[in-house]
Amino acid sequence: MARKAGLMTQILPHKDVVIIGLGWTGSILANELTDEGLEVLAIERGPWRDTATDFNIGYAQDELRYGIRRDLFLQPAVEAMTMRNNPSQTALPMRDYGSFLPGNGVGGAGVHWNGQTWRFWDSDLQIHTKLSERYGSSKIADLQLQDWGVTAAELEPFFDKFEYVAGISGKAGNIGGSLQSGGNPFEDARSRDYPLPPMKMTYAPTLFAEAATSLGWHPFPTPSANLSEAYVNTLGIAMGQCTYCGFCERFGCANYSKSSAQTTILPVLMKKKNFELRTDSEVLHVNLNTSGEMAKGVTYIDTSGQEFFQPADLVIICAYGLHNARLMMLSGIGKIYDPVTGEGTVGRNYCYQTNAGTQVFYDDKNFNPFIAAGSLGQTFDDFNGDAFDHGSVDFVGGAGINCVPTNGRPIANRPLPPGTAKWGSDWKKATTESYKSTLSFTSQGSSYPTKTNYLDLDPTYKDRFGRPLMRMTFDFPDNDIRMSEFASDRMEELAKELAGKQFVSARRKKGWDSVPYQSTHNTGGAVMGADPKTSAVNKYLQSWDVPNVFVVGASAFAHNAGKNPTGTVGALAYWAADAIRKQYLRKPGAPLVTA
Amino acid sequence: MRTLGVFITLSLLGSTTYAYAADQGDSIERGRYQAVLGDCAGCHTKNGTAPLAGGEPLQTPFGPLVPPNITPDSDTGIGNWSKDDFVRMMKTGTGHNGVRLYPAMPYTAYTKMNDDDLSDLWDYLTTVEPVSNKVEANQLPFPFNIRLSLWGWNLLNFTEGAYLPDASKSAEWNRGAYIVQGAGHCAACHSPKSFLGADKSGAYLQGGSLQGWYAPNITGDTHTGIGSWSTEELVGYLKTGVNKTTVASGPMAEAVENSTSLMSDADLQAIATYLKSVPSDGDVAGNPLPQSDERMKTGAAIYHDTCAACHGGQGEGAMPLFPALRGNQVVQQKSSETLARLVLLGSQGARTSGAVTTPSMPPLGWRLSDQQIADVLTYVRNSWGNTAAPVEASDAASVRP
Repeated sequence: MARKAGLMTQILPHKDVVIIGLGWTGSILANELTDEGLEVLAIERGPWRDTATDFNIGYAQDELRYGIRRDLFLQPAVEAMTMRNNPSQTALPMRDYGSFLPGNGVGGAGVHWNGQTWRFWDSDLQIHTKLSERYGSSKIADLQLQDWGVTAAELEPFFDKFEYVAGISGKAGNIGGSLQSGGNPFEDARSRDYPLPPMKMTYAPTLFAEAATSLGWHPFPTPSANLSEAYVNTLGIAMGQCTYCGFCERFGCANYSKSSAQTTILPVLMKKKNFELRTDSEVLHVNLNTSGEMAKGVTYIDTSGQEFFQPADLVIICAYGLHNARLMMLSGIGKIYDPVTGEGTVGRNYCYQTNAGTQVFYDDKNFNPFIAAGSLGQTFDDFNGDAFDHGSVDFVGGAGINCVPTNGRPIANRPLPPGTAKWGSDWKKATTESYKSTLSFTSQGSSYPTKTNYLDLDPTYKDRFGRPLMRMTFDFPDNDIRMSEFASDRMEELAKELAGKQFVSARRKKGWDSVPYQSTHNTGGAVMGADPKTSAVNKYLQSWDVPNVFVVGASAFAHNAGKNPTGTVGALAYWAADAIRKQYLRKPGAPLVTA
Repeated sequence: MRTLGVFITLSLLGSTTYAYAADQGDSIERGRYQAVLGDCAGCHTKNGTAPLAGGEPLQTPFGPLVPPNITPDSDTGIGNWSKDDFVRMMKTGTGHNGVRLYPAMPYTAYTKMNDDDLSDLWDYLTTVEPVSNKVEANQLPFPFNIRLSLWGWNLLNFTEGAYLPDASKSAEWNRGAYIVQGAGHCAACHSPKSFLGADKSGAYLQGGSLQGWYAPNITGDTHTGIGSWSTEELVGYLKTGVNKTTVASGPMAEAVENSTSLMSDADLQAIATYLKSVPSDGDVAGNPLPQSDERMKTGAAIYHDTCAACHGGQGEGAMPLFPALRGNQVVQQKSSETLARLVLLGSQGARTSGAVTTPSMPPLGWRLSDQQIADVLTYVRNSWGNTAAPVEASDAASVRP
């Protein structure tokens, strides 16, 4: 696809709503707004994808094609990014995606996720207020932490709505303030239990939980979008029971048993007469009126190279979080963040995930690692977020500690103890032994914003349409490294309790490297908040600058917690949809919050 | 049409009178329901195009026939027809200007409809949006393209005449028989055909092959028919396309979406009552092949590798998503054509307001050879209490495109 010279932009008939990207958030917004009777068009850069046609049971579990060659992901030829660790460096293009893998096509990254489905806590959403109150503001002076402008109590009905659409399997820890045994005692109160019970535990997480309990910690089944039982969701769509095949992350699910737009929303949405989808069409920018105060529609290009202008009253940007921020920058929606002056909001507070891991090797155990699912495991939150007192430690934040053995796939899953030969018969012998007898767990660490971790447009490098690439400036903040060291220390305590023959920790070090895979939990860049000086969108994810544009996704996170983001992304999508339905449509074009 | 024109003229002249007299509005509404019972749209509407303006070609054993435009367009539709023309065509197969229709148009069934229903249906058809779309219906090769041959065909295969109620049966049963034999034209697919393409006598509703699918036995037979289904299960299936065993797909998915799911509960109940009473030849279940049979062993291995993740280790399925294979009549039909097709090409389930998931069987023809398909189907047809004839590789080959 390239822009074809000499072709006039074709102007298309008007739509009420244009949604950019048909992943989780695009599908949620489209389904909610078509219920409102609006004419909705979704424009998706990648291809159409559906279960039987694209995740065929006969090849969905092809590790080489999907796991190694990454068939479902965004390719850098379509959109690359540049990266550097700090503003003094010159950013260079990432020639391949490695550290994170954005999705592509209908369903987006929701097609190939593992399925851990968390709710961020009230202490996250009001992080600046809560930490300042508890520890004093000097404790967080190095960080650019800020409140999200919304409370957990406000979001609870929308967390609930997402979980019941997605059929999440789990065990509540707190229903209406009453603690539930077997659940997470640190979670905020929820209105009811998960729609499905937890998955059946395999051996490794069971041992992990026993050891954690003996240390006085509080493990519970990881909330999972791999379904423990067959389920009919709140839209009437039937889903299957997970088969524990261990092909979740990087794969589409062939069994209708991992929640995604395809398995939970699209069967209803695609049949609606007031919904239309155009695939293989890339939005170049949102068009603003001459004053720059309102959006008129979007310009997109299809695979023939023809450019189209699609007029619309309301534009909702629902691409991957990073692409949301870049589209705002390319469209002139809001001012791009400048780390020197601190002015501008688009690109501000880019955060990631600060992960570390520990492996325990045994001689005498067989964990059957191929019996697995993306979120089948145990977690404890004793050292996550503000669940523990940070008065005596030199950091804020924390990590969920997870034993979620997601797979035993034959190419990539080769745990080996240190000192093993790198080739030959000794290597083969150790590979065979360790494959079945290794227990791994990880810390899913928080990532807190700093002045110099941000996104903007690269001054040098351009994409295939001549638009500047997005530039990512990021390194792990010192606070987060100290947090991760603390989490690794706790994991080593646990490893000793587990009493294998040997354990080894992979600790998080300063100097983010974009090559090895770490996490596709990129957050921020178009953060929500109460103050237009420090947030790009208001508490309803409406642009402060162009009120008929909403920007939905993890781009709205003002920081990243020690948890996977999708549950909170889903809740924010329903929260924004509700605000549009109940407030915005009464007075279209008006800001929902007065700055 | 003439009446309608008058009313429209009146309203254009500024009359505040409602455009249709009350009784005509009623007949149009009743006619719309007759169009549901008759599933006119199933053949005469092409997906994504204007309703009733002409359909996809029907692939008959004699060659392709294209369902014509039946909107009231004067040049390309039936705008020049009179009600009498229409009623005569439905009852005799002879249309406007004496043109004989091919029996792909099921006038052999519609002849059983009574005059009032046909009159209502006509009233409805005159209100459909006229669409200009010229359809060349007859695309048959010589000699089948000579319509005169239909005179002889009718002589051999067609009995004109309205449905005669059976006084010994209930009103419900008679209503069911009237729909099934008449407007519903179930036999068009579900009765086997003679070499002339006519319903085979003595095998009524016992299953037929057409358009690359085998429409199963829908008599009261307990082995291959719907005899073991409760009335509620049958009604639920016709209403939603899904019941505790199976999911409608292929041409039946279209019939459910366009026709049965829109029928009244009372009519569905009547259809179920009638169908359960329809006798069968007594297709007695024989003994299944022994597990020791080599085909069964190979089939079991393929089944547990490829099929069991969804359809279950014991063929129990997981409804409403994955059809059960154990005890599923579709699995045990005389012909394995539908089964082979599902495995080779896949299929998507019916979409109704009561079943929105539309799960799909993925195509597996790229992965399984004809012999492997034959073996796995032989296994499925002879396991968990199922009994049916083994499938040969040639059966799969004949379905493979």
